[in-house]
Amino acid sequence: MGRYALRYGVLAYLSMLLVVPVGMIAYRTFQHGVSPVWDALSSDSATSAIKLSLLIAAIAVPINVVFGIATGWLLARRKMPVPWLVNAIINLPFAMSPVIIGLAVFQLYGRTGWIGQYLFDHQIPVLFTWKAMVIATVFISLPFVVREVVPVLEEIGTDQEQAAEVLGATALQGFFRVTLPAIRWAVVYGTILTVARALGEYGAVNLVSSNIVGQGLTLPLYVDNRVNQLDPTSAYSAGLLLAVISLIILVGMTTLSGRRHRTAEETTA
Amino acid sequence: MSIQCQNVSKSFGDFHALQDVTVEIDSGQLTAVLGPSGGGKSTLLRIIAGLETADSGTVLIEGQDVTHVLARDRGIGFVFQHYAAFTHMTVWENVAFGLKIQKTPKEKIRGRVNDLLNLVHLDGLAKRYPSELSGGQRQRMALARALAVEPGLLLLDEPFGALDVKVRQELRDWLRRLHDEVHTTTIFVTHDQEEAMEIADQIIVINAGRVEQAGTPDTLYDRPANQFVMGFLGPVTQLGDRMVRPHDIRVSTQPEAGAQEAVVDRLTSLGFETRIVARPTNNGSPVTVQLTRNQINELNLQVGSRVYLSTYPTAQQVSMPA
Repeated sequence: MGRYALRYGVLAYLSMLLVVPVGMIAYRTFQHGVSPVWDALSSDSATSAIKLSLLIAAIAVPINVVFGIATGWLLARRKMPVPWLVNAIINLPFAMSPVIIGLAVFQLYGRTGWIGQYLFDHQIPVLFTWKAMVIATVFISLPFVVREVVPVLEEIGTDQEQAAEVLGATALQGFFRVTLPAIRWAVVYGTILTVARALGEYGAVNLVSSNIVGQGLTLPLYVDNRVNQLDPTSAYSAGLLLAVISLIILVGMTTLSGRRHRTAEETTA
Repeated sequence: MSIQCQNVSKSFGDFHALQDVTVEIDSGQLTAVLGPSGGGKSTLLRIIAGLETADSGTVLIEGQDVTHVLARDRGIGFVFQHYAAFTHMTVWENVAFGLKIQKTPKEKIRGRVNDLLNLVHLDGLAKRYPSELSGGQRQRMALARALAVEPGLLLLDEPFGALDVKVRQELRDWLRRLHDEVHTTTIFVTHDQEEAMEIADQIIVINAGRVEQAGTPDTLYDRPANQFVMGFLGPVTQLGDRMVRPHDIRVSTQPEAGAQEAVVDRLTSLGFETRIVARPTNNGSPVTVQLTRNQINELNLQVGSRVYLSTYPTAQQVSMPA
């Protein structure tokens, strides 16, 4: 009996904590039917938030994927100087509150900051524009691809790369024809985590955003703004949209984790 | 292709993998680099391949100094101990890889890959992935892949080390036959003296980063240069101040000039042969002798029997350092 009590206890706890609140958002959103939701999501301010979120993700994610694969390769192949320091820096966004990262970007790109001074002198606005928000997002979602790619690279070892080399492949050919395909699922998995983080980020971008409705708000910022402006329909609609995106990402990750395991078995073949 | 390594040294940190190694390998031969693990034999092979750079010394292939030539420009085939199969490619794609890199015309690739798959008996498995093959099949695929680019030199790093005994024996025979057919200069690394003795034309014994001896299997077995080579190539025992093979000791029950008196301590029957351990009466170290069952019966040996041990005139022996 104790076993069952524990099982259902855990299920009840998870329901109270996660399922019920998210369900409530869905219920509240559609309380008055579908058309108010559609209206709320197609308003200028909402579409602006969706577009800004997508724009930031579209820039930040590719940067982190390329950086992540390159850094991961250097770390796994022991070609990185001071690897412990590089690892610590890459892990920083895991350990640090996003607000502090936002604050750091704010400092650096502010009128008196090291980079900000130069930018202001040359009249290149960065702080309080989408550019600063991209920088904050890149920082906050930096570790995911690196952390996924390094263990897989270490596991497959250098044999395949060397086999390609002896068969006449240049380093670049070896990377694109052998190494990259071998780590493809780790890259995809890391990319999905990066997308999720980039779309969901609130604290860091909040500090460097202009917070002007219809211009400087990402989806999470927009939800917060609507709550404060006592506009529950818009808040719930945008909130549900974010939740649906998360759900799709979750399903994608679950499907892929099986593949990742299979790849791990293949690589030891 | 002939290979010469001249005064090659290589260290990994404090560890001296190779110290001033000079070897010569003739064209068209099947050569074994034999030695214990960690002795530097794989490092030597990888330096010849260009996968590792020597700290000093030169490598010549066909008389050409290739010390600073990249691995991909050396025209070699390399087979790794753990297959190094391209896991995301089919067997066919694995074998075709080198030809595709060389931009060989499609028609020619198809013909060559099919020929090779036929040669390594993998014709039916062309569309399989490496994870769907057994260890022996994977290693045959790796061999086909290495041979696809028609290398002048084939290097194999403990190629059968990860396989079970039966498959290892099969592939061993098969490698010898393959070599007799294609005559590509072949060097393989092994720690298995039986494997080296069985299929190699030449054996280079490497230990602790140095060449102990190089020569034909018979030369090494019959005229070992030192204790290490003698001990590594077969069983040995100590009689007086000399190292001899257990089957080269003559046992007599009558005192003889120059023979060592001893008492039989133990008799172990191993089917057709029997091994005895005898304790010299002068308190020397115990001697192992290998005899046939008939010899034991003729001499009527039992535990406690008094025997006189000498060596046959033809016996190979190496004196022990004082």
